[in-house]
Amino acid sequence: MGFEVLLKGNNMLRLLGGLGVALYISLISVAISIFLGIILGALMTLKNPVINAFSRVYLEIVRIMPQMVLLFIVYFGATKVLGLNLSAEVSAVIVFSFWGTAEMSDLVRGALSGIDTIQYESSAALGMNTTQTYFHVIIPQIIRRLIPLSINLITRMIKTTSLVMMIGIVEVLKVGQQIIEANRKSSPNAAFGVFATIFLLYFLACYPISLLSKYLEKKWEN
Amino acid sequence: MDFNVIKDYLPLYIKAFMLTIKIGWIGIALSLGIGVISAFILHFKIPFFSAVVKVYVELFRNTPLLVQLFFVYFGLPKLGISISAEACGALGLGLLGGAYMAESFRSGLGAVKLSQTESALALGMKKGQLFTSVILPQAITLSVPAVVANLIFLLKETSVFSAISLMDLMFTAKDLIGLYYNTTECLFMLVIFYVIMLLPVSILGSIVEKKARFKMFGD
Repeated sequence: MGFEVLLKGNNMLRLLGGLGVALYISLISVAISIFLGIILGALMTLKNPVINAFSRVYLEIVRIMPQMVLLFIVYFGATKVLGLNLSAEVSAVIVFSFWGTAEMSDLVRGALSGIDTIQYESSAALGMNTTQTYFHVIIPQIIRRLIPLSINLITRMIKTTSLVMMIGIVEVLKVGQQIIEANRKSSPNAAFGVFATIFLLYFLACYPISLLSKYLEKKWEN
Repeated sequence: MDFNVIKDYLPLYIKAFMLTIKIGWIGIALSLGIGVISAFILHFKIPFFSAVVKVYVELFRNTPLLVQLFFVYFGLPKLGISISAEACGALGLGLLGGAYMAESFRSGLGAVKLSQTESALALGMKKGQLFTSVILPQAITLSVPAVVANLIFLLKETSVFSAISLMDLMFTAKDLIGLYYNTTECLFMLVIFYVIMLLPVSILGSIVEKKARFKMFGD
């Protein structure tokens, strides 16, 4: 079935290393996205017309452009038009942060506008000032709503980073192809075993995170 | 930007656009079918099948389409199951989408309030009537936003098809860049064609979402 090829030499380790590259890129992108997304999301609730117009255009671009197209624009387009020589890894982080920031800012905006006015009014009635209201009442509620959603964003980011092989980053799929090519004579069925293993590896990377997100969402429902 | 180049490439892009749309919509139709059936199986907790559907949904929701396509297109032929790139693309999109649609429909079915069921039963409705005239209309309305989001997501995912050498928009752009090095023009056309494909769906989607919300809550 082609699984034996993974036991040869350090093939399995190489595959895991490839997955590591994908996870590394996605975690950096998630960190940047969450940071920038919170800022942009908070700005979006200010109802400033300029910010609103900007964010609507930005969110719509991200909503309708496939990430693969964005990757190509940044990796090939930026080099050609701006003369910038970005490495594939940097372009990947730029694109995934661009996408993730949009997603995150929408989540933050949703969480913020989901807080009832009565919360602010009750805090004011109890004699809290603005800082106290935010730190003791609003932010704790928002964090509870946002954490499961941001964890969900991590799994989506991990799944999306599989695209980076298309701009030449050697991640798990590329390593898999290399292993298949190198063993074409000795195990002709390697493609099945290797791709089945990669399928499973991605599942093992994402499933626990999805479960955690679901668990926290249920736990903090109210 | 050289407009002669754009004029020369236009027929190639239109051909690729048609292929992308064709496979995209076949895949989406498949995913809606799989999604509805899976959601019913999950909702009614049909024994054995609901366990199978659960595994299917989790497997496909937690792996990228690219990996699924590689497995089906390059892996399965080694077991003697060989399908064409087009069929593989449509099937892959259908299976991925089916898992997402199943979740959306199921949560729509689950979100109909218990009081609705109780009131319908109190009015003397039969089980079948209760489902078709009370639960189902509300469940469909409730799942509209998630389904629209899935539609856009799936149409975007078609860009992955280029990896299994389907001559879609992405593949055409990559091929032309490699051949003639007109990067700016090729990428510009790529963006334009994706906008043509997705902007109408996005706008229509928001209108349908608004209509659905109005029907549900009247605001």
